Amino acid sequence: MDRNVKKITAYCNKYGLSRTNLPKRTPTGMFNYFIKLQWKSFFRSASLVKGLALKILMLFFGIYMMVSLVLAGSGLFFLLQKVFPDADPLRKLSELMPYWLLAELFIRYFMQKLPVMEVKPLLVLPIKKSTITHYILGRSGMSFYNFMGLFIFVPFSMVLLTQGYPAIKVGFWLLSVVFLILMVNYINFIINKSDRVFIILTVLLIALFVLEYFGILHTTGHIGTIFYAFYEYQLLFIIPLFLFVVAYIINYRFLRGRIFLDASLGEKAKEVIASDLTWTKHFGSIAPFLQLDLRMIWRNKRTKTQVFISLAMILYGLVFYTMGDFALTSSMMVFAGVFITGIFLANFGQFVPAWDSAYYSMLMSQNIPLRKYLESKARLISFSIVIMFLLSIPYVYFGWQALAINLSAAIYNLGVNIPVILLFGSLNKKRIDLDKSAFSNMQGTGAAQFLVIVPLLGLPVLIFGLFKFLVSFEVGLTVMAVLGLLGFVLRNKLLDIITELYRKKKYGMIAGFKEKNS
Amino acid sequence: MIIAQNLTKKYGNQIVLNLERLEIPKGQSFGLVGNNGAGKTTFFSIILDLIRPTTGHILNHDVRVDTSEAWKPFTASFIDETFLIGYLTPEEYFYFIGELRNRNKADVDALLSKFNNFFNGEILEQKKYLRDLSKGNQKKAGIVASFIGNPEVVILDEPFANLDPTTQIRLKGIIKDLTDHSETTVLISSHDLIHITEVCERIVVLDKGEIVKDIQTSAETLRELERFFAT
Repeated sequence: MDRNVKKITAYCNKYGLSRTNLPKRTPTGMFNYFIKLQWKSFFRSASLVKGLALKILMLFFGIYMMVSLVLAGSGLFFLLQKVFPDADPLRKLSELMPYWLLAELFIRYFMQKLPVMEVKPLLVLPIKKSTITHYILGRSGMSFYNFMGLFIFVPFSMVLLTQGYPAIKVGFWLLSVVFLILMVNYINFIINKSDRVFIILTVLLIALFVLEYFGILHTTGHIGTIFYAFYEYQLLFIIPLFLFVVAYIINYRFLRGRIFLDASLGEKAKEVIASDLTWTKHFGSIAPFLQLDLRMIWRNKRTKTQVFISLAMILYGLVFYTMGDFALTSSMMVFAGVFITGIFLANFGQFVPAWDSAYYSMLMSQNIPLRKYLESKARLISFSIVIMFLLSIPYVYFGWQALAINLSAAIYNLGVNIPVILLFGSLNKKRIDLDKSAFSNMQGTGAAQFLVIVPLLGLPVLIFGLFKFLVSFEVGLTVMAVLGLLGFVLRNKLLDIITELYRKKKYGMIAGFKEKNS
Repeated sequence: MIIAQNLTKKYGNQIVLNLERLEIPKGQSFGLVGNNGAGKTTFFSIILDLIRPTTGHILNHDVRVDTSEAWKPFTASFIDETFLIGYLTPEEYFYFIGELRNRNKADVDALLSKFNNFFNGEILEQKKYLRDLSKGNQKKAGIVASFIGNPEVVILDEPFANLDPTTQIRLKGIIKDLTDHSETTVLISSHDLIHITEVCERIVVLDKGEIVKDIQTSAETLRELERFFAT
C-alpha cells in the first residue's frame, strides 16, 4: 500500500500534479483524480492556446447549434399540433422517436469512439483495471452526443407541462428518454466493433422505411404505441433502464478483458489494400504524384471520408431546387452550382499541401520539382470537378437552366478556383494527421480556411449577380464561363507564380508541419 | 565536395550552429558526433535546405543549396521517420523514390535484391504499411531508400539508433562498401562512438554548434573521443 502511494507520488511529480491531489484509495477518490487529469489534458493541450480564435468560433458554432436545438425542442409541440391537428403531439413524437434514436446511432457510429487510447499511461499505475474500465465507460456517458437529444427533449417536456400534461408522467417519460439515449450511447460501442452489424441495421432501417412508405406495414404506429407507453405507464421506465444497464454491462465485460496493450489498446495493423495504379502512367511525369495522392485518399480515414462527404453533397442542390423560394435563374442557384461542383475542390484543396505534412521535409529534399507536385494536385481536383458536374446532370430535370448553371460553375471552378485554392494553400502551416477521422476534425484549420470561402464561393456569385442584374441570366453565366476559360489559358503562368510562392514559404511550412498538436 | 561557409544558425539569441568553414571532399565518409543539442541535425537540415541558415551558405558540388534545386538529383538522405510515407508499403515507397530518381521498377528491384540480408525478411512482401512497421524496420526502409539512384551524396542522421545489433553490424558493412568502391560522399551522425570510428575516415565533433575536434580516423581515435566525452 505504502509503495503504491509512493509510485503515484512519482507519477504526480512527473506530470506536475500537486501532492494534495493525491487520490484517496477509494473508487470515488480515483474517479475525482481521473477527472482532474482529464481537465488538465484539455486545458494544457497545445491546441487550446494556439487556435484561440478558432476555438471561439467553434464555441459560437456550438452555442448556435445548442440554441437551434432548444428552439426546435420548444417549437416542436406546436409544429406537431399544426401538422397533425387531430392527434396528440406527444403521441406523434413517440412515433418519430425511433427515427431520432437511429439517427443518433448513425451519427455516433461515425463520430463517437471510446477514448481507450488515453488510458495507456494509467495501465502501469496501481489502479484497478475495473476502475479504469468504469472510467472509460463513464466518461463516454458524459459525452456531448448524449446532450444533443436532451437539448430537444427537455424544452419539449417544459412545453408539455405548460400545456397541462401531468408533471409526474412527463418526468418519467423524460427519464425513459434519457435512459434510451444512454442505451444508444453504449450500443454504439458494441456496434462499432463490427461493420456487419452496422450494415444489417442500415438495411433493416431502409426496409422499414420503404415498407412504411408504401403502406405495407404500419411500423411507426406500433412503435409509437410502445414509446407512448413510457408516458402512460410511468413504471415502464424500468425497461429502458434495464436495456441501458445491459448495454453497459456488455461493454464492460468486453472492455475489461481487453485492457492490454496488444488487445483493444494496441492499434491494429491493417492489411494492405493493393491496387494497380499503372493506368496513371497516361498522365506522364505527374503520374507518381497522382498515384501517391490516390493512395493517400484511399488509405487514410480523413481523406476517405472527405470523398464520401463530397459525393453525398451532390444532393445538397436538392435543398435549393425543391424549396421553391428561389427562381431557377437566381444567384442562389449559382451558389449551389459552384458549391456542388467544387465541394471536393474546397474540402481537399484547402489543405494542400498540409495533407503531405507528415513527410513534407522528405518531399522538399527529394528530387521533386515543386511545380510537378502542384500540377498533380490541380489535376486531381480537376477530375473531381468533372465528376461532380457529371453527377449533377440529373438536375436538368428542374429545367435547362440548372444544367447551364452547373456547367458554367464547373468551368469557373476549373479555371479560377483551382489556382485560388492552391494560392491559399501556400498559407498552410498546420499539420494534419491523416489517420484521424474527418468528422468534427478541425486539425489543420486556420483563418485561411475560413477566408478562402469568400473568393471561392462569394466571388462567382457576385459576378454572376452583377451581370444578371445589368444584362441577363445568360450573359451572367457566359461571363463566369469565360473567366474560367481565361484561367485555363493562363494556368501555366498562374502555376508558376504559385510555385514561386510555395518555394518562399517552404521553411515556414516545414517547421509548422513538424509541430504536433497544432 | 560540400562546403559550409560562415554558416550560423540562431534561434533568438541562442546560437545553435556556428561553422566558419567546413569542407567535405568528394568520396569521404564523414562522421559527426556530439551530445544532444550540438547542432548535428541542424547542420544536416541546412545542407538539405530544410532550414534556412541565419548567415552563410552551403555549396553542394558548387550548387548553392538555398538558391538552386540542382543539388537534389544527386543528394539523398534519411533524417528521421518523417522521411517515410506512412500509408505506403515499403515496396511502393521504394518505387516512388525510384520514380523521383528516374529509376524504373527493375532498377529498384535490382538494388533491393542486394539488401535482402539487411532487410532480414522483415521489409519486403510483408503486406504492411510503413506506418505499421516497428521503428527499427522503418529505419531500415528509409536507409535503403536513400541509396536508390546512385546518389553522390548520402546523408544519414543517426542511422544506427533503433537498429538491432545484427542490423547495426550489417549497416556498417554497407556504408564501408559504399565509400570504398565508389565516389559517394557519406555524411553520418551518431551517438555510438565505436560504430562511427569504424565506419568514417574523418570525424568532426560538434559542441554547442562549434567544431571542437576534426580528426582523421586512426587507431587512437576511439580513445581520444571517449576521453573527450568523459570529461
